[in-house]
Amino acid sequence: MVELIVYGIVLGSIIAVASIGLTLIWGITGVFNCAHGDQMTVGAYVALLFVVMFSKVNIFQGTVGPFSFSWGVLIAFIPAILFSVGLAILMDRWVLKPLRKAGVHPIAGFIATIGVAWILRGMIYIFWGADFHFYAQGLRPMIFLPLGIKLRTDEIFIVFIALAASAAVYIFLQKAKMGKALRALSDNPDLARVSGIRTERMLVWAWGIAGTMVAIAGILYGIETQLRPEMGWIFLLSLFAAVILGGQGSIIGALAGGLVLGIAQQVSTAWLAPTYKPAVSFIIMILVLLFRPVGIFGKRRE
Amino acid sequence: MGTAIGGILSFLISFAVMASIYAIFTMGLNVHWGHTGLINFGVAGFFCVGAYTSALVTSPMPTGVLAQYIKQAFGFNAPFLVGVLAAGIICAALAVLIGMLTLRLSEGYLAISTIGIAETIRIFFNNERWLANGPQGLIGLPQPLHGLVPPAYYNYVYLVIVLIFLAIIYIALEKGIRSPWGRVLRAIREDEIMSGANGKNVFYFKLQSLALGAFIMGVGGALYAHFSAAIQPSAFEPLFGTFIIWAMVTLGGTGNNKGAIAGAFVVWALWSWSTFIILKIVPPAFQTRAPYIRYLLIGFLLIFILLKKPKGLISEERQVSKF
Amino acid sequence: MTILEVKNIVSGYGSMEVLHDISIDIEEKQIVSVLGPNGAGKTTLLRTIFGEITPQNGKVIFKGQDITGFHPEEIARIGMCYVPQENNVFDSLTIHENLEMGAFIRKDDWQPRAEEIYELFPDLIDRKHDKAGFLSGGMRQMLAIGRALMLNPELLLLDEPSTGLAPFLVNDMFKRIQELNKQGVTILLVEQNTQALQCSHKSYIIEGGEKKAEGSADELMEDEEIGKLYLGR
Repeated sequence: MVELIVYGIVLGSIIAVASIGLTLIWGITGVFNCAHGDQMTVGAYVALLFVVMFSKVNIFQGTVGPFSFSWGVLIAFIPAILFSVGLAILMDRWVLKPLRKAGVHPIAGFIATIGVAWILRGMIYIFWGADFHFYAQGLRPMIFLPLGIKLRTDEIFIVFIALAASAAVYIFLQKAKMGKALRALSDNPDLARVSGIRTERMLVWAWGIAGTMVAIAGILYGIETQLRPEMGWIFLLSLFAAVILGGQGSIIGALAGGLVLGIAQQVSTAWLAPTYKPAVSFIIMILVLLFRPVGIFGKRRE
Repeated sequence: MGTAIGGILSFLISFAVMASIYAIFTMGLNVHWGHTGLINFGVAGFFCVGAYTSALVTSPMPTGVLAQYIKQAFGFNAPFLVGVLAAGIICAALAVLIGMLTLRLSEGYLAISTIGIAETIRIFFNNERWLANGPQGLIGLPQPLHGLVPPAYYNYVYLVIVLIFLAIIYIALEKGIRSPWGRVLRAIREDEIMSGANGKNVFYFKLQSLALGAFIMGVGGALYAHFSAAIQPSAFEPLFGTFIIWAMVTLGGTGNNKGAIAGAFVVWALWSWSTFIILKIVPPAFQTRAPYIRYLLIGFLLIFILLKKPKGLISEERQVSKF
Repeated sequence: MTILEVKNIVSGYGSMEVLHDISIDIEEKQIVSVLGPNGAGKTTLLRTIFGEITPQNGKVIFKGQDITGFHPEEIARIGMCYVPQENNVFDSLTIHENLEMGAFIRKDDWQPRAEEIYELFPDLIDRKHDKAGFLSGGMRQMLAIGRALMLNPELLLLDEPSTGLAPFLVNDMFKRIQELNKQGVTILLVEQNTQALQCSHKSYIIEGGEKKAEGSADELMEDEEIGKLYLGR
């Protein structure tokens, strides 16, 4: 059981990283981004592209320390993040912004992001096909923790990166001027405008953060399991649940929500088949919606 | 030449059957969204339950050797119409259950919940082998009036059957919309508060609308099951089971049944014909990946429709004046 | 110098017209009130001036410049600030952070200005690092005004600043408004509370989206008709 909880923390930290971007965008624009999961997939696959390239030209090939992956994977984070941020900003500009300008209900944005999700997934299928891919073949070094828990060294990397990234975003939002403005925007967009804050410009920053987190989450997930085109979409229900559990716009909430869901999902495998994990997320989400819709850290919002 | 035309004709008939089945779904969704304003992203769930209910009700329980390969919870070997009716009823009941749980939620949450419900249903059918044979699904489903014509022409017969259902549903719905009941639903869609009905009544109306739409979707699912004669859970994933139908309704005009049917035919045409064309143009090396171009198609279509007529999907913004 | 001219504004929400040809003007360094009952269109007027609503007809001229149709973000940058009636602070940010956000578009150091605001509203100092959402009604109002003042506006728009305040706090509020005005800030005040008349150089009375009267406090009080209909005499 303890082992399951530990695995849950690993899974949960990946969910948390991705959820942070989702809740940030939801808090500011009121739109639930259904493409978020597939953006994770894109991030993971762009990294894969570079990893494969590196191996073709035989650079960055040595394994990183005690982990299973090569330096190429680490370096590939950078182009993956850049691409993901660019993609997010374009998606906002071409699809979501026109809908905002038209003054329609955020549900239209929600449906539009579903369209984007299909497009992204279609692209992945077309360029890489439906097979599984891996960042690294071969051995996966393990370490042994007390209580007989076996953990892959990679998983320590994952948790560490996830926490570091989450902490970085949190500190940014708390201390940096731009970060505070994002919080203000999420809190009260009208008042932010009235204060002179240019909402559209700030949104670009928000997408920058979301795009970065989502790419990181995608790569981490690829390291943890494998890459396949459906990976992000399957994750989406967990992301939704984490964000709803944590409360709209709350970073800490997304972090807590992610961890809770990761643990719940892994623990559920003691009784249910692993394919039920999304269903577990969903049930938790429904319970939250029925009994405490604002989530743990959420505020009253329309 | 004869076979070429025969081939095209056969393709067209299959196309028409699926398009008509999807048209039935769009009308069901129109009851939910077009007429009552309920965002149901879980159509795939009703699709799945409808199909499986009819399949199980109309199949015999496997015996002997077969029982080792095919696991079912029950099988009544009942006639086709009983299967279809059962599908509708079970879906309606399911809808009521879901409604009791989720109607209190605001729209966005309702939408997300319905996605989760549909996925859970699909996962359930996939995992619980005892229910309906898990991932392998059920095969050899009975087809009504099978012996009437040579097998090559069976689809013509089925098309007629589906069109009859489509016509009945269309007429019934058009009558329903013009009735007082229909007017209440539309008033609820426009603005709950102003419709004059008190909270409790609104709830019951929504529940009724959910049940009716789900009944129709259940019928659609049953018709699908007996058309393809084999079903498995993977057929009911969100793209084919829910969002393609949303694209159809959005294109055809929300709340407009004629438009919904037209939307179904247009989108299904795009979908099935594009596969056909793609497989012709794309070099063999990429044949396995070519079908995924349809993902792009549906994605762009959805976005295109939304951007072109954003007010069309979400007609009136609820105006709240601040004094 | 006339700092603000509102000419023949026809404005509202969607197809609903709320203001039917309203004109007002404000001289520099004045306090001007717009009074009227609920639904008169007072908030609509302020929101139109500040660009949250684009009028169907008419002009808004600020410091000689036609700003009709400008966005709030732009107007905040040219010397006008607006304090909404409700939701006028950032609940999840601290008092200090609220002021920081008020100063967001400043290029210089905002801390000295914040100190000035604390001098104006000393009650805020002790709770500098508390989240605004937990403040009492009176302190919220002070913070709301403080947030707007961070940009040293020449013209301040206040939407019913006495809302929800206990009577003694209301007096306090009007006193502070006069103090602010003495420091050189022109103030356009929208109110239901007729006390606003006393501290204003000029007042307008609107009802049903139309201007019913204008004048100084004495002039308006003297007119029996107006006194009866609008001022509860």
